Formats: sequence, structure tokens, C-alpha cells
Amino acid sequence: MSETPTRAGGAVALAIRSITYRDSIREALVEEMEDDPRVIILGEDVGRYGGAYAVSKGLLEQFGDRRVIDTTMAEAMIVGAALGAAAVGARPVAEIMYMDFITLVMDQLVNQAAKLHVMFGGQLSAPMVVRVQQGIGRGAGPQHSQSLEAWFAHVPGLKTVAPSTPADAKGLLKAAIRDDDPVLFIEHKQLYSRKGDAVGRDHVVPIGSADVKRPGRDVTVVTWSNMVYTALAAAERLATDGTDVEVIDMRTLAPLDMETVLTSCRRTGRVLVLHEACRTGGLGAEIAAQVGEELHGALRAPVRRLAAPDVALPANSALERALIPDEDATVEAVRSLLRS
Amino acid sequence: MPAGSDRLRALYGQMLRIRRAEEKVLELLLQNRLSSTMCHVSIGQEAVAVGVCDALGPDDYVSSTHRGHGHYLARGGPVVGLIAELMGREAGACRGRGGSMHLVDIAHGHLGSNAIVGGHIPIATGAALWAAVSGQPRVSVVFFGDGASTEGIFHECVNFAAVQGLPIVFVLENNQFAMSLPWSRSTLEPSIAVKAAAYGIAGVDVDGQDVMAVRAAAGVAVERARRGDGPTLLGAATYRFLGHSRADPSAYRDKLEEERWKQRDPIVLARRALAEAGVADEADLEAMETAIALELDAAVAEAEASPPATIEEAMTGMYATPIGGMR
Repeated sequence: MSETPTRAGGAVALAIRSITYRDSIREALVEEMEDDPRVIILGEDVGRYGGAYAVSKGLLEQFGDRRVIDTTMAEAMIVGAALGAAAVGARPVAEIMYMDFITLVMDQLVNQAAKLHVMFGGQLSAPMVVRVQQGIGRGAGPQHSQSLEAWFAHVPGLKTVAPSTPADAKGLLKAAIRDDDPVLFIEHKQLYSRKGDAVGRDHVVPIGSADVKRPGRDVTVVTWSNMVYTALAAAERLATDGTDVEVIDMRTLAPLDMETVLTSCRRTGRVLVLHEACRTGGLGAEIAAQVGEELHGALRAPVRRLAAPDVALPANSALERALIPDEDATVEAVRSLLRS
Repeated sequence: MPAGSDRLRALYGQMLRIRRAEEKVLELLLQNRLSSTMCHVSIGQEAVAVGVCDALGPDDYVSSTHRGHGHYLARGGPVVGLIAELMGREAGACRGRGGSMHLVDIAHGHLGSNAIVGGHIPIATGAALWAAVSGQPRVSVVFFGDGASTEGIFHECVNFAAVQGLPIVFVLENNQFAMSLPWSRSTLEPSIAVKAAAYGIAGVDVDGQDVMAVRAAAGVAVERARRGDGPTLLGAATYRFLGHSRADPSAYRDKLEEERWKQRDPIVLARRALAEAGVADEADLEAMETAIALELDAAVAEAEASPPATIEEAMTGMYATPIGGMR
């Protein structure tokens, strides 16, 4: 934690600095660029515009156009060029503006970045990060709102993270930049303005570690990214009628920290996996399957999934909100677990 | 640097070595001694690989295609790395993981060959980008075929490299067929130089069967890149003498056209030029053949003595830094 001394009532108190998710990610970029000349940023509108969601604002001015590169509109090239630069010594952070656009990059992520190290017998590696944001929140419609993380968790060779808090975002981005493998770093458009505790320069969150955001005895809710807040809100409401919910923020989606999940589920015996992505083939299916395989006899209720229905998200803020599981639906899902 | 006919002699030797190595590979394939039946040879196209790679310095980068044995050898990749790789042995360039389509040799700046048509072009572009950003005087050369030039990624990369003025040479190795589709059905504008003009960069069409012509054009392009004067699109017209792969009898090709191209075998042309220049007599050329045959036999023996890639190995090596249950 980064603590700044302040004067309150004549005595010196320690106040934790508050910061937005957006600014915390930017801090990670700035600090890593300051500390390592191999770190460069490339993508559409990352420089002069400052990033479509203003994450890289000011970086062009601070680091110049050799290290903050406004690319042409060419998503596959952006990620492929990041990969090529990574293979010969850089530590690039590429930005793809929307998760939906990553469909244009599948060859470079799936066939190239994920395979580079193994395919070439370890002669090359790809220390690169692809930053992307996903999710609902702007009524942006079927091609700007999808949550597609499960596809990438399915591809060996990629690491995938989706932090929920400013502190986790900074710590995981630092870990991702320093990692020697390609990391997909998934942000959420609704999180950018959310505030949380700021953390210092040395705060690094290891890839592959889940975090218990709220300890509880009765039910385990496994989730990530923006849904962590839905889960926490539901847990607070359930606490008022005596149900103690544990909320696990996966933070990393590949590799999954199943040890943390299983430890919790063994204790509670009741599990809900909650995500914004569509239900069918979502990452919840994998987590539920692993919990079922490992803990079948120890569970007190069948594992439940709560996710979006298998439909396209309309360009309509009210409808998209209605389609994604909310606090009410989460409370109800937890209650149904307690009934079974 | 050898000048004139001495250079031709050296380049002839390299082309001959690639030809004989690929003939050896086909022989091993027919004998079921390779670990995979997937194998694309570049017989007939050797002058492009050899002429371009001769123009490079030791710190430059090369990226290549599924038909990349020649690029790998021309860049200095050890022949045992090729043979052992195709046999699925630990001594292979990729320790038997990559096979024919994924040769690599980072010690010689070979960044790998690729089995997705055009998939390596952005990787080569990124290598050039980092050379420029980090101020290293390196040039990135990317070989790709006529088929790759109709992929969208080709446009993305050439255009970005042009705008950024990157030190890269795009070598369009035009063997006239995208698998079965002739160049005339791939594009209405056959000239690569004309395509380059549309991107605002230098472009040149060169006879890809004439190794000295390729060498000269590549030399100009590489020096342009090294000076900081941006990319070049170099089109080398050549011909794949055999089918796309062993499974392909090339039924879609005109036999007279095949014969006309085979009259322009780059190795025969170079040999004729050597004789005319009077720099190599029959005994010299015979000695060259013998040395190559000995090198290849030794490489096969060394490859066969190397342990085969194992299932245990196939279960690891996915990550540079494995985490959790990752392998």
C-alpha cells in the first residue's frame, strides 16, 4: 500500500491514496516504461488521442513517439508487430481497443504468439502484453460489448488476466509486462472510473493467483472483473439475513488458481460461478467442471452457474443491463443454492 | 566480399547445397524416415533465398514461410538442424517440435518460418520496428509467396512499414501459384513494383531465376533500409518445379509452361555463367558436389544418432515461465 502522511486534528494520520482503475493502469505503464527502456506501447489512438478510454493519456508527451506508437488501423498487424518486437528484445504493450476487435487478431494470438516459444523449440519467446477492454456499460451494441475471455483461456501458450480493482490492475499489469510469455490483459469499460486503494511502485500481483475479496462461511461465489462488485453487493445484502458469502476474484483466467477455489468450496460446500460472458462454453463451465470433478462427494449442492444468456447484446443500455446477471439475480442464485 | 565471378561461384555452391539437401529430404520422406509427411520443398526457387540472404549482414533478421528450407540454409542454418528437425529429433532446429514448416535459427537472425500463409509478415515488421525504435542498424527481411500477397495482413504490414519508414525488405517470392491458383487469377496487376508505388515505397521486379540479379536488387533494398530510407517491396519471379507438396501432382499446371521454366533452372543458369566466365571447371564443380554429398550424409547420420523427441518433451515447453499447472 502507498501511504501518504496527512495532518488530521493535529495528529499525523496515515491516509491511503485513492485512485481510479484507469489511472492505476496508467501508473503501471509509466513506471514500467521509466524502469525498462524495452517497454513500448503500440495501438490505435494510444498516443495523440491518449487511448480510446484515456488510459495512455500523457504517455506520448512523456516518452515520445518512438515508444508510444500510434499505429494504423490494423489490429492483426499491431499484435503481430508486438510479437515480432518481443521476439527480438522489446517488451511491448499492444492495445486492442475493444475485445470484439480481437477477432481480427486471432491468427496472431492463437497461432503465432501462443505457439512461438514451443514451436521453435524454446529458441524464441514472446514477452508481450495485449491490453483490451470488454463488457457492457455503454449500450455499445453487439460488436462493442462482448466478453470473450473463455476463448483465450482455451489456448495453451497464452496467459490471461482480468483484474477488478485499481490495485490488482496495476500489480497484474506489472507482472504481465515482466512476464516472458504473451499475456492478454482484459480490462472492463465499466471499471475505468471506479476508485480504489492506490498502490506503490513495488506492488506486483503474481499471475495465477486468485484473491478472496470477501471471506465467508456459507457459499462460495467465484467471479472476476466487473462482476466482482455485483458479487460483493449481493454478499452484503445476503449478510443481512445471516448468509455469509465468500467472494473469490479469480483475477487470472489462465492459469486458473483452482487451489484457492477448491479450498473455499471444500469449506462452504456450495458454489456459484458468476460471469458476464455468455453461459455456453463460458469459463464458468470449466471452473464448475473442475469443482465437480474434485469435490463431488463433498458438495452440499450442485455447482451453479449464473451468466449472460446466449444472445447478442443490443445497443441499448437498459436491455444490456437486463441481460447481464445483476445483484438481484446473484442473491436469488445464492439462495437457491442454500435451498438445495 | 567476393566480387563478380567469385561471388557467383559462392552463390552457385549455396544453391546447389539447398537443391541437394531438399532432394535428400524427399529421399528420406519416400523411405519413411521423416517424422511427418508434411513437407514443402523449394526446388527451382533457390536463387531467391540465396541471392537475398547474401545481401544481409550477420545482425539482420530473416523470416520465412512454410516453403522455407532454402531460406534457413541460405541464412546459415546448420543442415543437421534441418534434417534432424524433419526426423523429429532433439538435434533439430526446434528440437523436433516444429518440423518442415517451422525452422528457426536465432543465432543467425532467422526468426522462424511459418505455416500460416502471411502470418509471419507482422512478426518481421515488429522486428524491424524494434530495430528502428532501439536504434540498432538491423534490417528485417521477410520472404512470402504470391498467395500471402493477397492476404489482408500483407496490406496491413506493408502500409504500416511504409508509414513508419521501417528498415524492412518485403520479398514476394512469386512462384506463380498460390497452391493451385495462378498469379493471373490472384491479381490483375502482376507487377510488384506497381503495387509498391501504391504504398509510396520503393518496388522492383526481378528475375528470380538469376541469382546475381536477385543479389543486386536485394543489395539495393537492404542498403536503402539500413540508411533509414524505408521499406522495399521486392518481387522475384520464380517457379516451383515440383508440386505444392508430395500429395500434389500439379494437374492444374500447363506442362509446356513447366518445361519452359525448367529451362531456366537457377542452378543450370548459374553453372552456365560460371563456365562462360571461366572461373570453375568440371573438376571444381564435381568437388563441390562431392563435398555437399559428404556433408549431407554426415548430417543424416548425426540426425539419426540424436534421440527422438519424446512424449514427455511434448508435454512441456509451452511457456518460457510456466505458472501453476502450466507446462
